[in-house]
Amino acid sequence: MTRYALTRLGLLLLGLVVASVLIFLTLRVLPGDVAQQIAGTNSTPEQVAAIRERLGLNVPLPVQYAEWVGGLLTGDLGASLVTGTPVVAELAAKAQVTIPLGLMSMAVALLIALPFGILAALRRGRADGTFLSFGAQTLAAVPVVWAGMMLVVVFAVWLGWLPAQGFPRDGWREPGRAFASLVLPAVTIGVVEGAMLMRFVRSATLAAMGQDFVRTAAAKGLTRRAALLRHGLPTVGLSIISVLGLQVAGIVVGAVVIEQLFTLPGIGRMLVADVGLRDLPKVQGELLALTAVVLVVGFIVDLVHRGLDPRQREVS
Amino acid sequence: MTDRAGWLRRLWSLPTGRFGLVVVAVIGVLAAVSLVWTPFDPQRVDIPARWAPPGWPHILGTDASGRDILSLLLAGARTTVLVAAGAGAVATLLGLALACLGALTGRWLREVVAVLVDILIAFPVLLIAMMISAVWGGSLWVVVISVGIGFGVNIARVTRPELRRTLHSDFVLAARASGLTPVQIATRHLLPNVAPVFIVQLSWGMAVAVLAEAGLSYLGFGAPPTQPSWGLLLSELQNYLTAYPLSVVWPGLAITITVLGLNMLGDGLREATDPTLARRRSAASTHTPAVVA
Repeated sequence: MTRYALTRLGLLLLGLVVASVLIFLTLRVLPGDVAQQIAGTNSTPEQVAAIRERLGLNVPLPVQYAEWVGGLLTGDLGASLVTGTPVVAELAAKAQVTIPLGLMSMAVALLIALPFGILAALRRGRADGTFLSFGAQTLAAVPVVWAGMMLVVVFAVWLGWLPAQGFPRDGWREPGRAFASLVLPAVTIGVVEGAMLMRFVRSATLAAMGQDFVRTAAAKGLTRRAALLRHGLPTVGLSIISVLGLQVAGIVVGAVVIEQLFTLPGIGRMLVADVGLRDLPKVQGELLALTAVVLVVGFIVDLVHRGLDPRQREVS
Repeated sequence: MTDRAGWLRRLWSLPTGRFGLVVVAVIGVLAAVSLVWTPFDPQRVDIPARWAPPGWPHILGTDASGRDILSLLLAGARTTVLVAAGAGAVATLLGLALACLGALTGRWLREVVAVLVDILIAFPVLLIAMMISAVWGGSLWVVVISVGIGFGVNIARVTRPELRRTLHSDFVLAARASGLTPVQIATRHLLPNVAPVFIVQLSWGMAVAVLAEAGLSYLGFGAPPTQPSWGLLLSELQNYLTAYPLSVVWPGLAITITVLGLNMLGDGLREATDPTLARRRSAASTHTPAVVA
């Protein structure tokens, strides 16, 4: 286990390095003169030179990268070109929306995927099981932004239960309103992600039903359903954990789009705005932060999976 | 080796395969037809006819400037088909190149490529697209390239082990011993054996491309405002969501049906080309969910 953890940690660190280099190179090298791009076509050479100076573009690339990563390690990601505020402060402020949104989306996805996925497996070959599978297949094909629009029409416009857009100005100091404004966005992401996860739950359950120990339990007098629930579910849980990393990536991406639709002041909406403004130091920090979340969660998920699964423990 | 007509027939006999084939064919035909004919000029502004409800002559109604929604959808299918095909082509080139590098080269390079693919696979396509957009601004090329990269890596990961297995099989050894050239071995043995795995991934990757185009065009980093696109239409109609919710239904349905068709085609292809799967159908349909908008 320790050996595996260390190897996996090495892969995580390597992943973070590769990610930072790729993001850095794409944003600094490929476009030619970044300063010219930021200044625009109507700029004077003096303006361009001033931007070059401010971005530190006059020093060699490896030095620039080292400075960026050095700052990263001390919690300094540079400052916005537009507002001058530190990127880390902006990320921390916006994370107060995006992190609760992500956690709520994950909860919704699991609440949908687990019961319906298991049910779809138990009812396989019957009308309701087929209906559930087809429903999951269809929902997984829905563009998340459209799902959000349809939910807004029903729950905000027609029924008037939940706000259609926005986040309270005072944020979490108004916990009730803040929570309410995240419900529809979280349900939107959760339904689409949950539909994808449900297909995994279904096939994991089907696989568990075919396992020898479940069949033995059934042969010893348990009903098929009881045997599955008592002995098969742990293996289902394990295979779900192994795909949770992918789900987190899906939720991060969903948040970028959905924060736009619901005008939520989160990291995703900030990224969209900054890409539009070409605020490169901020985009660089935001992309790295989001990628790091995906990579770190993947790492944790793998370790937990390894630690919980006795079969894998014996192998190592 | 491969019984081509056989797997096509099997594909057609599967409900998923048949649905997928029909949907993909219909979208392709509609996109082609829109090149020469649409009910109305999709970009024609007709203010008196704005917000016409579904009926005649505007079958799906009109938008805020009186443009015919059905015509916009038909013309938007072109964008969808182009992006899906383009992303598929990039993914194929990159995926096969990486798979070959990871299977055919020396041990050291092989390991490096494998680790790199493992790392790159964690990058969400949308974030790659945002990164490229920050530099060059948004365009459909951004969608094609980012989905191409994202799915190319996926293809490489799935194809590489298949390629290695085939490479070390007895029949390739026999082919080598009987004096076939590497090119002959590649075309006669490697390609036919790797193709099934690869084509399934390609189908799912194109579904991702359709979703990514919609998402990125919605965010303003995809299709330019002058180009008909389903995602762009969604973002334009969003402003009138409260007053005209029905109009938003159509582009969303178009995207969903297309993605569903491509996903099902992938599922069907997998079942039709994998002889072992037909016998153990209980483990059906677990493909990696793609990370997109």
